[in-house]
Amino acid sequence: MNYIDSNLKVVGTRPIRPDGVDKVTGRAIYAADTRASGMLWGKILRSPHAHARIVSIDTSKAEKLAGVRAVVTSADFPNIASEEAFVGEGPMNFRDLSANIMARGKALYEGHAVAAVAATTQAIAEDALALIDVKYEVLPHVIDVDEAMADNAPVLHDDMFTSGVTPKPAKASNIAKVVTFKKGDVEAGFKTAEVIVEGTYTTKPVHQAYIEPHACLATYGSDGQITIHSSSQGHFMVRAYTAKLLGMDIANIRCTPAEIGGGFGGKTLVYLEPVAVALSRKTGKSVKMQMTREEVFRGSGPTSGASMDVKIGAKKDGTIVAVNQILKFQAGAFAGSPIGPGCMCGLALYDIEHINVVGYDVVSNRPKVAAYRAPGAPITSFAIESALDELADKLGMDPLTLREKNAARNGSKTHYGVTHSNIGFEQVLAAVKTHPHWKTPVKTGQARGLACGFWFNIGGESSANVHINEDGSVSAATGSPDVGGSRASMGMMVAEVLGISVDKVRTTVADTASIGFTFLTGGSRVTFATGMAVTQAAEKVVDELKKRAAMIWEIQADAVEWRDGKAFPAGSNAGAFEPLDLAAIALKAGRTGGPINAEVSVNAQGAGAGFGAHICDVSVDKETGAVTIERYTAIQDVGKAIHPSYVEGQIQGGAVQGIGWALNEEYIYNDKGQMENPGFLDYRCPVASDIPMIEAVLVEVPNPRHPFGARGVGEVPIVPPMAAIGNAIRRATGVSMPHLPMSPPTILAALSAAGK
Amino acid sequence: MAKSYVSTTINGESAEYLCEPQQTLLDVLRDVVGLTGSKEGCASGDCGACSVLLDGTLVCSCLVLGVEAEGKSILTVEGVAQGDKLHPVQQKFLEHAALQCGFCTPGLIVASKALLDSNPNPTETEIRYWLAGNLCRCTGYDKIVRAVQDAGAVMRGETV
Amino acid sequence: MILASGGSCHQFTGGRTEFDVEATTFRRLILELEQKYPGLGKQIEESMAVAVDGEIFQDAYLAELKPGSEIVLIPKIGGG
Repeated sequence: MNYIDSNLKVVGTRPIRPDGVDKVTGRAIYAADTRASGMLWGKILRSPHAHARIVSIDTSKAEKLAGVRAVVTSADFPNIASEEAFVGEGPMNFRDLSANIMARGKALYEGHAVAAVAATTQAIAEDALALIDVKYEVLPHVIDVDEAMADNAPVLHDDMFTSGVTPKPAKASNIAKVVTFKKGDVEAGFKTAEVIVEGTYTTKPVHQAYIEPHACLATYGSDGQITIHSSSQGHFMVRAYTAKLLGMDIANIRCTPAEIGGGFGGKTLVYLEPVAVALSRKTGKSVKMQMTREEVFRGSGPTSGASMDVKIGAKKDGTIVAVNQILKFQAGAFAGSPIGPGCMCGLALYDIEHINVVGYDVVSNRPKVAAYRAPGAPITSFAIESALDELADKLGMDPLTLREKNAARNGSKTHYGVTHSNIGFEQVLAAVKTHPHWKTPVKTGQARGLACGFWFNIGGESSANVHINEDGSVSAATGSPDVGGSRASMGMMVAEVLGISVDKVRTTVADTASIGFTFLTGGSRVTFATGMAVTQAAEKVVDELKKRAAMIWEIQADAVEWRDGKAFPAGSNAGAFEPLDLAAIALKAGRTGGPINAEVSVNAQGAGAGFGAHICDVSVDKETGAVTIERYTAIQDVGKAIHPSYVEGQIQGGAVQGIGWALNEEYIYNDKGQMENPGFLDYRCPVASDIPMIEAVLVEVPNPRHPFGARGVGEVPIVPPMAAIGNAIRRATGVSMPHLPMSPPTILAALSAAGK
Repeated sequence: MAKSYVSTTINGESAEYLCEPQQTLLDVLRDVVGLTGSKEGCASGDCGACSVLLDGTLVCSCLVLGVEAEGKSILTVEGVAQGDKLHPVQQKFLEHAALQCGFCTPGLIVASKALLDSNPNPTETEIRYWLAGNLCRCTGYDKIVRAVQDAGAVMRGETV
Repeated sequence: MILASGGSCHQFTGGRTEFDVEATTFRRLILELEQKYPGLGKQIEESMAVAVDGEIFQDAYLAELKPGSEIVLIPKIGGG
């Protein structure tokens, strides 16, 4: 059923989330809060070298230390063949993931795991790490993406031959893949251009920087049955990867989702769980592992850094006629950067006749990248949206007008071949135009930037169940870990369908043995796909409730109507019966056919794409290079906000992560390829005093494929900030800012180079 | 290594524990006392997820040794509510949706309570600087600041 | 039926980006393409999503193909 034009009573309101009290009182259990009787502590030894052959590992001294129970290395894990995995997010190869959680033959980045210890205390485990004797043959390393592509660069994998080029290269290189997207004839397009802008843009890898470090508790039973409690964006993902990496049956692994302390894409793959299981298998004890913050930075995945070239040609009236874009994305130590979305997202916003995009997926000696909020899109949009701003200046055109003139509409065909339908980009731009922020003149000493962003959003496999309890109260469960309030929105959709108040529905996240397969929480898919599953489960329950009422009344089920949480006879012909509420029907459930519940599994398709536009006013201190965000407004088509507060929260949080990416966040490497800022003091995420209020404006263009019209909302808001801020800084200083982060030293250098 | 005996008050009740000399108060609270509400996000005093009050002073418990709490009074997030009655800061965090993943929330609840105890009517800027030691990666701080403002108004008796 | 390929498909097709394929289901389409261009079917199954008449399907076995449907192969999309 579709409720888009219905008179909604619960969806669109702002109830308190069902897991809220636990989270403000300290009761909520995150992975590091779990305990098991007799458990051991696991710790990982990490490579100090950016690139080194592992000559030998002698664990004998460590094993002899009192309190040490086991040491594992890659020899304790099966050697896995190359096989594409779509268990988590983005392209990942099982062989690579196996080598990422425990180095095999070579250490490919500083922080790469080479061995692990289980001991009775954390302190003993740490002491034991120092007793493991690893002999390395240090190899030349490469960090930067352009350098990694050079002919003479140290090659990480001698079996990596660039795919996507013909003929197949004869020589191994760090370029894993080349992807191309073409539309029209870009050469011919540029011949018709009257104004051309060109630029080279670079972005740095940034970490998702969830505040909760990775943690897990694993128990291997002597019968081969395994339980895992861990913090992840998908406990089914943890189960699948762990089974594959250890060569075990999925049915023998039961994963319970602990509360997750932030993920943003970074918890869509495993680092610790298979290691903890291997240690547990070797010791016969439960093993708990938790990363330190330093390990999170050195050993888990940031998003790609990139180097990009953009050339845009337009007519004098602002019509963009041709775009050439080259993107080189760092994948980290193993292939698989978000180069595909990178190639697609930047230009998906505009209806342009001639486009040529070439993308390179490049490995180098840094941690394997993991997904980070709209993977690839913020990077490409930084380049495109910055270049568009320069184009607007050159045309003497308002940056909003330029975007309005070229905006993708329903029916616009993208360069990757998809034709847009049911999108709300025009409505977003219209909302910019009428917003007080846009209409207010810029204050003296400040400048304003505008930038837009796009994300596909995804659907996929989800399961949900709805149970009518014996007293008529309702329990709902899904397989989607709740990273930002999704229990609330799931419960709201159930309550809406059942016609009851939301506090009558209790929503939980079920473990892998208690509900059908559910793909992980990411890609902005939960409210869309799991929301679809939970809505359908509630509808099935309503059908059943009507049947039960019909039995009680001895009438036909189609003569029963369900509204406001009660069964009514449909019209006077059906008979004159007092309405039956949930409690009344539940009371007789046993006699009318047994428990009333439904579980629905879907593979949801048709996630509506999301568009956003951010307006930002900045001031720049030309003495120090410091940038102050003075005012910030984020406008986005959210389809339908199920719980508007948490939708706003996604937009505000995404925008602020983007502000950090724009202004401060970066990995700083020394000449040995070691990260020099693996902590929150030197890796500078935005703090409260860095940021003004973020006004989130919700535009609602319903997505017809979702019962309530919802679109994914979590990813779009991180796409526009870098260019919005860069454009504002350029207008404030008169100097282009093509390199992230636009930290004080970068800005001072740019001003000085421009003689300002 | 010999353990030290420490006698303290935790959340209003006298408490005793044995801890190793190098053990932080955070580790003692979590691993010895069993109060896991205080979180470890960095163990270096940068994220504030382990914020507690020590004799009324806001500290990162990861930067305090367990033995330093001898004779002192500790308030953790578990002690902020009075029985089943939430503190206004907790109630307003819920009403304003000032948490998403909730991992930084215990530290922010303790820090916000400490702010309002010492400054019942802070400006937005004062709130932002006071909370600058508590990282939140989810919310962008907007709803947190509003929740603290609103909680202040409740505590001042201006609203409910 | 037109099939334009984006991303890294063209390595299997000698650079061709548009084809006509007779198929009423996506499964049949993959088999036909694999026969014409060995390796392409596997590539599509492992790492491609498909857009049918403008709508993206991550797993398209269930997608119904109509005569004249526009099928576009794109890299599979994840998320954060």
